[in-house]
Amino acid sequence: MTDTSTRPDRTDAPAPPPPPGSPRPTGSWWSRQDLTRGFWVKTVLVALVDALGVYGILAAGALGQWGIVAFLVVALVVVNVVYFSKRMLPAKYLVPGLIFLLVYQVFVVLYTGFTAFTNYGDGHNSTQADAVEAILVQNEVRLPDSPTYPLTVVVNGDELGFAVVDGEGDAELGTAEEPLEPVDATLENGRVASVDGWETLQFAQVLERQDEIFALRVPISDDPNDGSVRTPDGSTGYVYVSTMEWDEAAGTITNTTTGQVYTADEEQGAFVASDGSQLGTGWKVFVGFDNFTRVFTDSTLAGPFVGVLLWTFAFAILSVVLTFGLGLFMAIVLNHPKVRGRKIYRSLLIVPYAFPAFLTALVWQGMLNRDFGFVNATLLGGASIPWLTDPWLAKISVLVVNLWLGFPYMFLICTGALQSIPNEIYEAGKIDGAKPLRLFRSLTMPLLLVSTAPLLISSFAFNFNNFNVVYLLTEGGPDDLSAPVDVGATDILITFVYRLAFGGVNRQYGLACAVSILIFLIVASISAATFSKTRALEDLH
Amino acid sequence: MAATTLPAGTTEAGLRPDSNETTPRGARWWRELGWRHVVTWAVLVFCFIPILYVLSSSLNPTGSLTGSNKLFSSISFQNYVELLTDPVHPYVRWFANTIVIATTTSIGTVLLGAAAAYAFSRFRFRGRRGGLLSLLLLQMFPQVLAYVAIFLLLVTLREVFPAIGLGSPLGLILVYLGGALGVNTYLMYGFFNTVPKELDEAAKIDGASHAQIFFSIILRLVAPILAVVGLLSFVGVFSDFLIASIVLVDPESQTLAVGLYQYVSQRFSEYWGVFAAGAVLAAIPVVLLFQFLQRYIVSGLTQGAVKG
Repeated sequence: MTDTSTRPDRTDAPAPPPPPGSPRPTGSWWSRQDLTRGFWVKTVLVALVDALGVYGILAAGALGQWGIVAFLVVALVVVNVVYFSKRMLPAKYLVPGLIFLLVYQVFVVLYTGFTAFTNYGDGHNSTQADAVEAILVQNEVRLPDSPTYPLTVVVNGDELGFAVVDGEGDAELGTAEEPLEPVDATLENGRVASVDGWETLQFAQVLERQDEIFALRVPISDDPNDGSVRTPDGSTGYVYVSTMEWDEAAGTITNTTTGQVYTADEEQGAFVASDGSQLGTGWKVFVGFDNFTRVFTDSTLAGPFVGVLLWTFAFAILSVVLTFGLGLFMAIVLNHPKVRGRKIYRSLLIVPYAFPAFLTALVWQGMLNRDFGFVNATLLGGASIPWLTDPWLAKISVLVVNLWLGFPYMFLICTGALQSIPNEIYEAGKIDGAKPLRLFRSLTMPLLLVSTAPLLISSFAFNFNNFNVVYLLTEGGPDDLSAPVDVGATDILITFVYRLAFGGVNRQYGLACAVSILIFLIVASISAATFSKTRALEDLH
Repeated sequence: MAATTLPAGTTEAGLRPDSNETTPRGARWWRELGWRHVVTWAVLVFCFIPILYVLSSSLNPTGSLTGSNKLFSSISFQNYVELLTDPVHPYVRWFANTIVIATTTSIGTVLLGAAAAYAFSRFRFRGRRGGLLSLLLLQMFPQVLAYVAIFLLLVTLREVFPAIGLGSPLGLILVYLGGALGVNTYLMYGFFNTVPKELDEAAKIDGASHAQIFFSIILRLVAPILAVVGLLSFVGVFSDFLIASIVLVDPESQTLAVGLYQYVSQRFSEYWGVFAAGAVLAAIPVVLLFQFLQRYIVSGLTQGAVKG
């Protein structure tokens, strides 16, 4: 891996002295003037970046986002050092892309890894305090002997609020976010008529927004145990109090109607009763390798996982082979300079590529419909072949649609690569008496593979996770009804995960991230192994 | 089919010594060129059936899946009118949003990718091989797999910098640019390596700085690959559904992919024709772009520069 660093740096090779008598080309378009102009452009750009960065540091600092502050400080220092140093040439070209890569690719990958070790998901998406509040709010009921308050609905911009008159005749105002607070208001007939900065809603306006108003709850204080004010009619406020009671010191929630006590369990991130039952809302905690071991040990997951894994490999490999095969074949067919209209052919062949992939999948879904689809009804004269509902035919359909989608890309790549091969090489080969097949095997293919081999690996990786084509065409189906979980004949890993973790009501981000990491490990190790082979190809060049 | 092409003077073409300069005829034409046309036509039929079908569906006033099976049985622009005047689904806005986002992303991707490829191709530095390998490995972790993390990152960014947070098209563009280096660098790196280093060295001797070599010489010579990468990136963004659907929540700011998908998923069967009209219109800009950039892709610039 270090062999390249010992190679002589060709771009830094000493320039041979100019031949005596010949003047240096000072008047050309890369004169010194341009150099200084370039310097100023650079300075202005870096200054802009610095200004944005400093603004970012201040904004993030004000909100206490110290991670962002640290990243920005480091990034700014790196940018300034790199661009005003005389050395570090490669860095000048790599830094802009690397910054984006670090934030939106590397960080995101690491964060996915972090989430894989948590129970993050529906019901476990925040802190314990948020969970407590949610549980209390969900269980609020109107007190049977609730005091009633004369209530006025007020609005400020888009935000609705309640202005009430409390037992002592003082006005208080609150919103969904802000608990009730005393406020200066004009009272009329024992109710609030107007508040500074707020507009009072008239009866007709209340009717217009009645759904929002009936859903609004204004907390009485910061303590969720105190309950809230709500209104069923827009003019009278009632106090609602939760049937759950939070005891912060003991870490327990008590159901005041049944007397059941739920204790905070830090291992599971949930409130658990002595009989094992849990409250629906919990909080996010670390669960170690639980998500990973579940995939292999949980009997409902492990069986389908192996089948899906095998089909994923078959799908990815066959997709690459078929698309590259057809793409390269068509590139060669049209690479003959005397084929009339080859420009038009080329434009037409890449038209499928221009069709947005997700639309293509939906169009094919319509075309392959067993009863009304174009393929059965028109092309096959009224046949009723179950293209998408038979396990094997569905697999073939997915591959064919993916071939339709993918071969123009390979055609484009191969055409580009073929055109970058200089004609002189072929002429030399022909002079040496090589036949076309020999030219193809010994010249075209090696040169083509130098530039396309990494792309084939990427294509494999892409198809390994080709969510769109599988999900939008078959939704992973036809489903295997005998399996204990939702799994179908065309499910690849990523659609399997999607259905497992996102398809149902209960989203399990932690589990999904864990399987994402597994997918990554599989694809990465295969790619790394293949990539080391392509080094040999590069050395050929 | 072959018989109809045979009769034209076979002997003439066979005897001609300098057949490289003229188009061969007859059997020789068939052997060298004719079969290429047949094969191409066969593949074109495969390519165009779905496209003709969707075009025909979009023009069919019955608008249902069953009614669309007889290609071009009746022509009407009713579906298009319905598509463009639907107040709930602002198709025109989606269209404009998509063009802006895809264009910005593809320009950014080309610049970032070309700069990185230039560094990897022309400089020898420590960690070069490792850098290339890490790029390829990172690319194996598609952003789609990380969408929960992307969502959470953008939620945080929305609090600090609303301009690049959740719901902002600029934020979405930046997410896409994060994926710019991976596969594109590779594609470009391979092409940059095919441009002779002698060109750089000659320019360097003449006093050009590395930036001038990059912007004035290399970028022009690799224009075909820039066109290809720009296109790939444009098409990729155009078709992206998952990430765009997470980032852009407001219906007015959505892209075609997100908007049309919702349109389809809500009213798939009976509004097949309107969906088809939306698909046809969505495809037009990309098809046009392909046609326009073909010229750049086709010309072999490298050769010309070395010779002249």
